[in-house]
Amino acid sequence: MLELKSITKYERGQAHVEGVNLSLAPGKLNILLGPTLSGKTTLMRLMAGLDKPTSGEIIMDGQVVTGVPVRKRNVAMVYQQFVNYPSLSVYENIASPLRVRRATNREIKQKVEGAAEILGIKEFLRRRPSELSGGQQQRIALARALVKEASLVLLDEPLANLDYKLREELRTELPRIFKRTGAVFVYATSEPTEAMLIGDSVTCLHEGRIASTGMARRLYDHPNTLVTAQIMSDPPLNTIRIKKKGAVLEFDGDRHLHAGTHMEALADGPYEIGLRAHHLNIGAPTNDGIEAIVATTEVTGSETMVHAEFLGTRWVSLLHGVHALNAGDKISLNPDPNKLFVFDGNGALVAAPVG
Amino acid sequence: MARIDLENIAHSYAAEPSSEDEFALKKLNVSWKDGGAYALLGPSGCGKTTLLNIISGLLHPSQGTVLFNGADITSKSPEVRNIAQVFQFPVIYDTMTVYQNLAFPLQNRKIPKNEINTRVTRLADMLELSKYLSRKARDLSADEKQKISLGRGLIREDVAAILFDEPLTVIDPQLKWSLRSQLKRLHAEFNHTMIYVTHDQTEALTFADQVIVMSEGEIVQTASPQELFERPAHTFVGRFIGSPGMNVMPCTIDNHHLILAGHAINIGCTVTLPTGAERIEFGVRPEFVKISTDKCALPVTVEAIEDAGRYQIARLKFCDLTLAAILPDGEPQPSGNVGIMFDAENSHIYANGHLVGKRS
Amino acid sequence: MQKAHDHKALWLVAPALLLVAFTAVIPLMTVVNYSVQDTFGNNQFFWVGAEWYREILRSDRFHAAFLRQIAFSATILAIEIPLGLAIALSMPKKGLGVSVCLVLMALPLLIPWNVVGTIWQIFARVDIGLLGHTLSGLGIDFNYTQNAGAAWVTLIIMDVWHWTSLVVLLCYAGLVAIPPAYYQAARIDGASRWAIFRYIELPKMSRVLLIAVLLRFMDSFMIYTEPFVVTGGGPGNATTFLSVDLVKMAIGQFDLGPAAAMSVIYFLIVILVSWAFYTIMTRDDFEQYRRSQ
Repeated sequence: MLELKSITKYERGQAHVEGVNLSLAPGKLNILLGPTLSGKTTLMRLMAGLDKPTSGEIIMDGQVVTGVPVRKRNVAMVYQQFVNYPSLSVYENIASPLRVRRATNREIKQKVEGAAEILGIKEFLRRRPSELSGGQQQRIALARALVKEASLVLLDEPLANLDYKLREELRTELPRIFKRTGAVFVYATSEPTEAMLIGDSVTCLHEGRIASTGMARRLYDHPNTLVTAQIMSDPPLNTIRIKKKGAVLEFDGDRHLHAGTHMEALADGPYEIGLRAHHLNIGAPTNDGIEAIVATTEVTGSETMVHAEFLGTRWVSLLHGVHALNAGDKISLNPDPNKLFVFDGNGALVAAPVG
Repeated sequence: MARIDLENIAHSYAAEPSSEDEFALKKLNVSWKDGGAYALLGPSGCGKTTLLNIISGLLHPSQGTVLFNGADITSKSPEVRNIAQVFQFPVIYDTMTVYQNLAFPLQNRKIPKNEINTRVTRLADMLELSKYLSRKARDLSADEKQKISLGRGLIREDVAAILFDEPLTVIDPQLKWSLRSQLKRLHAEFNHTMIYVTHDQTEALTFADQVIVMSEGEIVQTASPQELFERPAHTFVGRFIGSPGMNVMPCTIDNHHLILAGHAINIGCTVTLPTGAERIEFGVRPEFVKISTDKCALPVTVEAIEDAGRYQIARLKFCDLTLAAILPDGEPQPSGNVGIMFDAENSHIYANGHLVGKRS
Repeated sequence: MQKAHDHKALWLVAPALLLVAFTAVIPLMTVVNYSVQDTFGNNQFFWVGAEWYREILRSDRFHAAFLRQIAFSATILAIEIPLGLAIALSMPKKGLGVSVCLVLMALPLLIPWNVVGTIWQIFARVDIGLLGHTLSGLGIDFNYTQNAGAAWVTLIIMDVWHWTSLVVLLCYAGLVAIPPAYYQAARIDGASRWAIFRYIELPKMSRVLLIAVLLRFMDSFMIYTEPFVVTGGGPGNATTFLSVDLVKMAIGQFDLGPAAAMSVIYFLIVILVSWAFYTIMTRDDFEQYRRSQ
């Protein structure tokens, strides 16, 4: 069990992490989710003991470890870059933490081969890391973290530099591999999809503060704030300020959207609404939808993302299959009224879609 | 601007290749029409960069001829071919200003000063680099530098083709999107022949009208993004494009029936297998596997559900075969034993990896 | 980024600091100490303030030695830097030739200073030296013990032979570090060989060139062994450089005070000129730094 108590980290007068309270349970996959510079890496460095917090306490299994340097703690870390010893064989790379601990050759052989087996790199043990592909190099780093039998395993965007096919593969393997070690497992990522697929418990970070903590699905369905909803949405959340008048949501004076049934109990007034890209349909220009101009389309293989602009706002619609739309095309954006998230003036969630 | 034809091109990095395996690029014939936007897509080591360097003239092919507008230029050097290339890492002239960088290819070709000036000013405007023109190029960010490399290609109006070698590798994820859409717009405006090499499906499918998928030195399919998704010509394409990739399972064919792990499925059409076909496979994308209560549905066991938020991936077991199904957001989560149906339109048969035609 | 949680790292630096103190700081302070005092032997010292400094700075002997020194260093830099660059550019970039060239280039660097001096002293002699004999055989008055010009030419050729390799090796290291994409892009842009050198190779080598210039300046400015062995500072005072003069003053005449003052001035000149080179050659970097602030 790793606990952080009102952790704050200042650097040159700038807060990188502020007032973070967090407790991470062993045997679970704890995700730190947030965009670049949200404080993920700073927080991980503090957990590892690479840096000392400006204030606050770090408690590992009931013991205060604030300020205890990393080499006196049992911590394993895997980075975005593939960090291996270039002159050592794959076998020796994996064995290095055991050599430091002066384990017997027999123990080393058994553990290295076991870890290599789990990560599917057993056939490469005699080779050098540079002879392997990026995915295999990252597997070496993961295997090294595994044999170390650390009580705290920190993974800092370990899949970010891999091709998407390899990412897919490792994404499903990682939880399986690390769950059974019983260590406290922390995984930082900037991709909500990855967080959803891997994680049990997700902590959303925004500008060095915790925006929310909870089970992935819960945060996805009921983001407590607009910021959480944005962090938990990929492609980005479509938002617009509206004025609710009964069953109508007005924007830009006379234009309007329809309110969903889950919004009936809400008082009339100004709100900000959020809509995920896959709940925004596209059609030919009609009176009912929002008239918009296609800015560009992106095709991801099985889906098409259409970026469209209206009144200086850019919205994204995610469609199944591959669709050919040209920049400049006039289209109509049709939001699904029952899928709207509604936030008040302070960005707090006041209504979420049902089911 | 040019039409590009590659005739019987093959390349080996070995001096005297003794076997097929030593060829980084196996014999291929391609023709690319003038003004098209093409992408070469494949995993690392598939030969796509080799092919690109053969077109640019940085590499002389072991065999075959390269034709630009019908003229054989196989033995011509890059500068004579009149092509432009954007590399993985931004290549800029450090000591020059942005203006001088953009003007450099024109100066080398002895274009008059005032002509250079008009062209640079206009291009900088299109690339949104105008405010940096007098700055040293090396002071700019990676994406701006990459735009300068691209600009040095676009500045030459007579350029035959612009080649891109994984140009977004060092660009911040947040900026990739904007650069990608700018590229598309520039292609529409300039109408140059553009060839884009990448291992990223989104980049390839977003940029190109026609995507050339490569694997192990061979072209496995040339098609539009839509076709690659709906009718992968090879199991490799099915697996490589889409996430997760296509389910590919061994099967046998018996008249009108597909036999999958002992279960016969009526496919309602005739399949003519090529003679000597050894490996017969059935391919269906996870998007076209539907949970069903139909009495004809195949019995499967749900092994795991991966929740991606807006969709779920169901990992299914059918006898000793595993497959994935994508369930749209809002569908109830299946568990235990359920039935599945395949979308007939989007189910394909492959023999030795290649798509077999179906007839109703 | 915060690095250490304790000051243990200081202990690791301590031996180096001590060593520097004993080898550099303490002797330097001794020299400074001598330079402001006078002695008549018997270990008796008198405070004279800046007297020695005034004397040295006003002396014609110092001015002449200083000018000779500047002229020598300038000539050395003007020959070795372009020559080193040219050789590095013409060296092969791959294959067997690389190691052959590198070994050949490294050879002169492996020979001790005094041996180099002796080699050239003999090589250039008119009676038995190959070079000297050949030149005088061609009717050229080449006698470095009598002719000031010949003495200079001998010393310069010797230094060029000895140290151009260093410039070559540094430049070569800078050259091979340039990614091939730059050359490819330049070919595609239609750049001439000169343009490739001017806009790609030279800017990318600017760092190593700075190191080469600094090293060659400092080294040539403090040259002692070679003129001592070959010409002994002659003929006349033609090759009496600052260092040679300094030794003459300190050891030959035992004028400790003026010699110490001259050492300090010498030291300051080397630092000042090196700093000037550094500032000029890294001016662009500073500009870039300032803009990024």
